Amino acid sequence: MSAEAHLAGLNPEPGVAKPDPILVVEGVRRYFGGLHAVDVEHLEVQRGTITSLIGPNGAGKTTLFNVLSGFDQPQAGEWHLNGGPLVGIPSYRLARRGMVRTFQLTKSLARLTVLENAMVAARHPWGETLRGAVFGRWQDTEKANEQQARETLRRFNLEHVADDYAGSLSGGQRKLLEMARALMVGPEILMLDEPTAGVNPALTQALLGHITGLRDDGLTVVFVEHDMDVVQEISDWVVCMSEGRVIAEGPSDVLAHNPAVIDAYLGGHHGEVPG
Amino acid sequence: MDWSGILVESTRSAIGVPAAAYAISAVGLNLQFGYTGLLNFGHVGFMLVGAYGMAITVDLGGSMWLGLMVGMLLAVLLGLLIGIPTLRLRADYLAIVTIAVGEILRLVVRSRFAAPLTKGIFGIQRFAGEFFDLNPLPEGRYGIGNLRFDQRTMWVVIVGWVVAVGTTLLVRRLIRSPWGRVVRAIREDEDAARSLGKNVFAYKMQSLMLGGAIGALAGAYLAIDQQNVGPDTYIPLLTFYAFTVVIIGGPGTIWGPVVGSIVFWFLFEFLDELMTEALVAGWFGDVLGSTDVGPIRFALFGIGLMWLMAYRPAGLFGSREELLIDER
Repeated sequence: MSAEAHLAGLNPEPGVAKPDPILVVEGVRRYFGGLHAVDVEHLEVQRGTITSLIGPNGAGKTTLFNVLSGFDQPQAGEWHLNGGPLVGIPSYRLARRGMVRTFQLTKSLARLTVLENAMVAARHPWGETLRGAVFGRWQDTEKANEQQARETLRRFNLEHVADDYAGSLSGGQRKLLEMARALMVGPEILMLDEPTAGVNPALTQALLGHITGLRDDGLTVVFVEHDMDVVQEISDWVVCMSEGRVIAEGPSDVLAHNPAVIDAYLGGHHGEVPG
Repeated sequence: MDWSGILVESTRSAIGVPAAAYAISAVGLNLQFGYTGLLNFGHVGFMLVGAYGMAITVDLGGSMWLGLMVGMLLAVLLGLLIGIPTLRLRADYLAIVTIAVGEILRLVVRSRFAAPLTKGIFGIQRFAGEFFDLNPLPEGRYGIGNLRFDQRTMWVVIVGWVVAVGTTLLVRRLIRSPWGRVVRAIREDEDAARSLGKNVFAYKMQSLMLGGAIGALAGAYLAIDQQNVGPDTYIPLLTFYAFTVVIIGGPGTIWGPVVGSIVFWFLFEFLDELMTEALVAGWFGDVLGSTDVGPIRFALFGIGLMWLMAYRPAGLFGSREELLIDER
């Protein structure tokens, strides 16, 4: 059954339960002083779908990402991956458990080659311990990792630059590399923070193709996005945040006409001045 | 002008004991700073711990080799002590703490309350007999032409360069392994490394401890040559010499520290000899006296460093390509 079919017939309201949630967020709150950056009552992400997280600037999307991926600590709340609680687990362990994220400002490891960028993310860390590096026989797994890395780079059209420094890539190629690298970790759920920011339209299309490709391979993708066109095109489900809260969720075509979403984007009907 | 004399003395300095010691020290610092991006401004503290750990062990009746182990182990513990509070924070905190720890250690070993162990300002002497007993070289002078060492110095020099090359090969093995790749990834971007499932804190800690142990080895080596440890040897300047060596050779290059040290000590002595000769030859008339040579040598050395930074900013071994990368 396709991803959309699983979600069909769900009531498009904030906090709605999904048939097979991979990620469940419960009462997560992150305050910066008096500012409620994130205040999410309940949110579920359906396995094997592309869920996009939208909302105006300052809605708390990236902060929620940071909290969920262990890069920021919330004041309250818990969240579960495949039913296992993730509170207080350091970010690197979350990555190993299958929740891998990318960053809004692309973090390419500039003075490593593109191939090294991919290989450093490889899952079998033979020779990554100090003792293993000196005494271990890591050359065999290294070969397997290199092969896997090259295949992944090929998938993202980066094989021709495999031996260049990552710092010499264009902005769009860096986005592709970051995605390839994240894939090398072997994630179950991929959290992409504005994967198309600053990327030209042609490459944006390619990126979106890659994202749907990952979903079709069975991955769950959650991504933060500003551009409604992009969201409409590939999302199975859309979650809209505003002022830290989830104000609406549903299939993209339904959400595009949701008055709360339009309010959030356009500044509200009730005479409130945004910002 | 005795040019051949100047060159002989400069070369003697370039391959001598301090050059070997700074090469070893810089290998450790290069692992921390060049490959992992750790700003360790207290490398002298690790050297001190290595030297004192050895000297005190011998003073208490232990063997020098045991003492060497103790010194390196203490350096590992020092790395742990410095690393636990600082390595989770931004890079600058490590810099602040290490520079302070270096000074604290120097003041502690020279203090009166530590004197029963460290002998205070007088330091500890003659603890390296076991090292010189192993010297296989018969009495004589070794070398070419005017460039000769006695058998004692020759023995120290040989061991020094063997250790320098040995530690370099160890670091090369590490850096070319998956461990080294992770460490370099951390240098580039900690958060990216974290997001890929790497325990950044543990890797930075390992690099700090291992680099510190190599620094301790350098400190012990210098102390063995001098048969003396005293607190006033271990001033912050030593750290900055080590940094200069790393930067001349090229941070994050395998052979940079070794070559950097050779170049550093060659130029250092060369400028000194040149100034002294020029002074004797009367080039400076009455403008400069013999006491001016030291400071001016440093000034010239500084100009040389600036020239290097302008024309080879990645060091002698650094690749220009790496430098052209813009850090977006």
